[in-house]
Amino acid sequence: MPNRSDGKGLEIIEDDFDAVVNDWIEMQKDEGIQRTDLFSETEIHEQTRSFLRAFIHGIRAGGSVTDFSLEHKSWQELRDVLDDITRERIGRGVPAGEMAGFVLALKEPVFNRLREHYGKKVDTMLDEIVKFGSVVDELALFTNQQFIIEREQVIERQRDEMLELSTPVVELWERVLTIPLIGTLDSVRAQEVMENLLEAIVRHRAEVAIVDITGVQTVDTQVAQHLLRTAAAVRLMGAECIISGVSPKIAQTIVQLGVDVGDVTTRSSIRTALVHAFETVGYTITRRGGEAEQFV
Amino acid sequence: MSNAVGIYAVEDVLLVSIKDDITDSDVIELQDGLSEEVVRTGARGVVIDISALDIVDTFVGRIFAQLSGVAKLLDAETYIVGMRPAVAMTLVELGMTLPESNMALSVSQALRRIRANRTR
Repeated sequence: MPNRSDGKGLEIIEDDFDAVVNDWIEMQKDEGIQRTDLFSETEIHEQTRSFLRAFIHGIRAGGSVTDFSLEHKSWQELRDVLDDITRERIGRGVPAGEMAGFVLALKEPVFNRLREHYGKKVDTMLDEIVKFGSVVDELALFTNQQFIIEREQVIERQRDEMLELSTPVVELWERVLTIPLIGTLDSVRAQEVMENLLEAIVRHRAEVAIVDITGVQTVDTQVAQHLLRTAAAVRLMGAECIISGVSPKIAQTIVQLGVDVGDVTTRSSIRTALVHAFETVGYTITRRGGEAEQFV
Repeated sequence: MSNAVGIYAVEDVLLVSIKDDITDSDVIELQDGLSEEVVRTGARGVVIDISALDIVDTFVGRIFAQLSGVAKLLDAETYIVGMRPAVAMTLVELGMTLPESNMALSVSQALRRIRANRTR
């Protein structure tokens, strides 16, 4: 038996289960958050019913409405059900606000019944409304939290994928490698870049590694340090590191920041860097038909 | 000298191979032995192969830097070759970029560079 002293709201849900379900669904429809475009009628019914059923089971397992805490073990089923519903809805593209609205729409059907039941006993009715309202609020908050957690996982996954995608080492020529950097260069990525580049140097027996920063938006002291460390590590491996794609703006920034690039070779474009690299590995480029191509 | 280190004279270049179980005292011995060997053979180049080394700490790093300096005073060009990526990253973390030492990817590349510099 549920703890009947624990609130009329609950009693109403249990006694009038099917009617509450229908009213709740009506309510969702009125609020325009039913999303029949994303879910079939049966699915909506199923979600709503399983939610309410889990709620009742929670009470039976000893959950208290008066001191409602979703963390309590008796609410395990309700948490799981809410979690499933949230995940399902996010998966189909329901925004966070509508997700909370879905839960909050439960208030009105129950409140209406409380009003019918208590009539003129306003004080008792208010107590019940406050009690039940705060429970529904907490449930809505929970779905929002789940929503955020789910989103964060997506972001995390995408970040990992980006890390993998964004550091390809390309062999430009025999013993000449390049790694085009795009976007921002934080410590994690800098480490990734360095590892990939050094491994590739060993694999290709490269003598020149061009780190191209054309696609790097901003260079601050930290990014500059990362680049110089990469250059230092490349040199320790016995290869030469060229930093190319240094725009006029970035060159100014580096000087203004007082960063000492030491004897690291820098070039404004990957083209001039490649010319330097060819010289290092012993190639010259000549135009067919005689005259040597002029390079700056 | 212990067998963690081997010094071989190839033409006018001394090849130094280091095995992964080298101890700190071996490293100090190497410093003595190598400088004597450079003078004895009149070598013009020294190539130290560290490709077997998984770990290089600041002590060993410093000795390598010193080896280059000593050999230079005795008119021999020193190359440290075959550093592993992990070792390079660690040394950079430690701030040891060995600015005075010449680095090369492989023994043959080092030999090529020594020859090229000699004929210049």
